[in-house]
Amino acid sequence: MELIFQPWPWYVAGPLIAIVMFLLFYFGERFGVSSNLETFCSIGGAGKFVDYFKIDWKQNTWNLIFIAGAVVGGFIASHYLSIGDQVALNPQTVEDLAAIGIENAGATYLPDAIFSIETMLTFKGFLILLGAGIMVGFGARWAGGCTSGHAIVGLSNLELPSLISVIGFFIGGLVMTWFILPLIL
Amino acid sequence: MKFIKFFLVGILFGIVMSKAEIISWYRIYEMFKFQSFHMYGFIGSAVMIGMVSMLLFRKKVVKTFEGQDIHITSKEKGLYRNLLGGTLFGFGWALAGACPGPMFVLIGKGVLPIVVVIFGATLGAFLYGLFKDKIPH
Repeated sequence: MELIFQPWPWYVAGPLIAIVMFLLFYFGERFGVSSNLETFCSIGGAGKFVDYFKIDWKQNTWNLIFIAGAVVGGFIASHYLSIGDQVALNPQTVEDLAAIGIENAGATYLPDAIFSIETMLTFKGFLILLGAGIMVGFGARWAGGCTSGHAIVGLSNLELPSLISVIGFFIGGLVMTWFILPLIL
Repeated sequence: MKFIKFFLVGILFGIVMSKAEIISWYRIYEMFKFQSFHMYGFIGSAVMIGMVSMLLFRKKVVKTFEGQDIHITSKEKGLYRNLLGGTLFGFGWALAGACPGPMFVLIGKGVLPIVVVIFGATLGAFLYGLFKDKIPH
């Protein structure tokens, strides 16, 4: 029981995510979170402006229910299944982050420099959150999938488009982490 | 009632992503700095077991709960869309420290600012729909 309250190692979490993917296929669907973003657009009436969003979104209801479950899962995990909020990072990571202005890395799940309410209410802080979201949403739909659809399902299925997309994810992620983050934080 | 199973699988997903710290901004930063095996082990082991699942589906050893064959529709091909779209996604992933799945898990954790990121992601999907005929695929 004690082990449940500790952070779960990758060799427990990875197989469990494979089970999530398996179950979704078993239930007749395909694991892919970013398609929900298009569903949001369709529900919001984007079909009136762009034909691309004129879809029968009701066929994606299962996926909306799935992410509603993910929200509840996040609530359960943080309120009932955790004793602390610390992340045991590599000490080098903590040092690197301190050098670019993020102190006490790993004391909580997220850095205040990006995710505190105070930061969100500044012009720059809001723009970073919004801009990051726009890049994720635009990029995921352009590439035809995100980490779930491409990196987990697509790679498992040995699909070349997914391999190329994941290489893209890493090109973008590496450039952001190594060159852009130090400039904007 | 037919949707309750998806809700339960979603809960499992949310708990795993949270308990394994996949929703932590720091874990994404650490991954892109190559300073921890955690994320690579996580994705790698999921893909390894996923490959076995795919084989079972393709050989029709496992069918859906309703007894139908499981077809895995291939992703659309296109070097530009995958490489450029993927790169843009990577910029956002490393900046937000969250891809779409973890964004929703973070709502459950009570992180209010993630709502701005999700709004941005929805706006991004809309902008893609708006400009999709003008960008290379």
